[in-house]
Amino acid sequence: MFLAPSLLGVAVFVLMPFLDVFGRSFKTVITGQFVWFENYKTIFTNQAFLLAVKNTFRFTLVCIPLLVVIGLMVAVPVSKLKSMGTVKSLYLFPLAMPTATIVIVWKMAFYKQGFLNLILTRIGERTGLWGELYTDYLGTGAAFWVLVFSYIWKNTGYTVVLWLAGILGIPNEMLEAARVDGASERQCFFKIILPNLKGSLYTIVILSFLNSFKIYREAYLVAGAYPQQDMYLLQHLFNNWFVNLDFDKMAAAAVCVGGFLFAVIMLLQRAWDSRR
Amino acid sequence: MDLLRARLRWKELKKGLTVFLLFLPTVLVCMPVILLVTGSVMGSGELRQYLAPVFTDSYRYISWKLVPDYPTFENYGKLLFMTPQFFVLFWNSMKMVACILAGQLLVGVPAAWAFAVYQVKGSRALFALYVVLMLLPFQVTMLSSYLVLNRLGMLDTQYAVILPAVFSTFPVFLTYGGFRCIPVQLIEAARIDGAGEWRIFWKIGFPLGKSGLLSAMVLGFLEYWNMMEQPMAFLEDKSLWPLSLYLPEITWAQAGYAFTASIITLIPAVFVFVWGQDYLEQGIIFSGLKE
Repeated sequence: MFLAPSLLGVAVFVLMPFLDVFGRSFKTVITGQFVWFENYKTIFTNQAFLLAVKNTFRFTLVCIPLLVVIGLMVAVPVSKLKSMGTVKSLYLFPLAMPTATIVIVWKMAFYKQGFLNLILTRIGERTGLWGELYTDYLGTGAAFWVLVFSYIWKNTGYTVVLWLAGILGIPNEMLEAARVDGASERQCFFKIILPNLKGSLYTIVILSFLNSFKIYREAYLVAGAYPQQDMYLLQHLFNNWFVNLDFDKMAAAAVCVGGFLFAVIMLLQRAWDSRR
Repeated sequence: MDLLRARLRWKELKKGLTVFLLFLPTVLVCMPVILLVTGSVMGSGELRQYLAPVFTDSYRYISWKLVPDYPTFENYGKLLFMTPQFFVLFWNSMKMVACILAGQLLVGVPAAWAFAVYQVKGSRALFALYVVLMLLPFQVTMLSSYLVLNRLGMLDTQYAVILPAVFSTFPVFLTYGGFRCIPVQLIEAARIDGAGEWRIFWKIGFPLGKSGLLSAMVLGFLEYWNMMEQPMAFLEDKSLWPLSLYLPEITWAQAGYAFTASIITLIPAVFVFVWGQDYLEQGIIFSGLKE
């Protein structure tokens, strides 16, 4: 009874239409003719789709490990501080910052005559290692790394809070007993803290994954619908198909991506369950 | 004795160093905000001078001053008193976020309560489905939402953005985390004392699960205040757009205007952040809970 309204809404707005999309993925857009796997064949030979898949994979594979490690590197020292409130809120703040407001700053920083080049040039002049730099970070392969930076910038706080929750959940007695037995800080970290954080790792990976799809906002705002090819993500592709009304390709791709994600989530969950 | 003191000193030094290192990256966090604030109080002449490299093809760098030479509030004045469109957009954002959150409260919270309290057959599988749905990115469900909104004739109205968001499963998951922390014995005791199910929900679930609920609201506010994909896909009429979508449309030629508009967009988010920080953290932690 409590569940009914939500279930109804989910069914109407998500489940049923998704079944519809599933059906459409086997048909042509205009005539509605049944074409079996034609659409799937089209997308898997489509250059743009393959590029987007590659970039999205690359982005995820670079970002998630990086974020997980950085988050842990921040969380461990923070957990030892007495007053961690200020540090935590400073790290969390980017989460609250609307993408639209931050993008103007990124543009100023990564422009070819922007702040980053300015600072790098000053350093270069001081040390005599390099001269003036005019790299256009948004128009070259570096655009990808701008995106990575932006993702890390935004999500570190989230990860730190999750790690902290995990670390503070480890019973203190365990650590103290180890210390009494003469374990060094390093040993404590590798033998006690890390093994106890496996559960947190699972959720952090899943949630980082979820948040990694939102990077599209930054990418879109910084570089538009057709950015430099290294940052052309699946999200761009979906959007462009949507604008061009290529619903058959979109349906097939949505089914593939959805199915893939479903499989990954299930696998991760299975892996996590069996480890426990 | 000296050795001991030296060791103590070293320990203190190390601690100071870690604190310093921890604060270092936060400079990266603060700089953008400071940039925006100073940009918004700069006169247009001064701004043009600093941003000149953006317009011309010279080899000069962009420059900036943390304290403007002639701070003015002219941009704020212009934006707040001379551009009624801005108010329309601000109001759009507010309205959509408020409707979404209210809807989520009405729909999602009872659902979370049901998942947390009534463990019937199949509820676990259903919950797993909710979790998967929460993890699907917008782009995957974009087409299906479009089709259903089209059929309901809601495209290009703000309902197109509000309704699918109301039935998002993320708040259900967060609130569920809060409700799970209520001891089962308490609910059973209430039941034995003859309280009806609604009464239990109101008198026990609501007050005790409040932190989960509020954290869902705080995370939801930040998310929907920032929303871009949905209105971009479903709203063609620019007068219905939220602020977050309009801001990037401002060109460099009106940089001062853009800075000011950014600051005004930022204010509600900061306000919610400062007020709800504890709930935000709680929410993040709940989002990490498994059944």
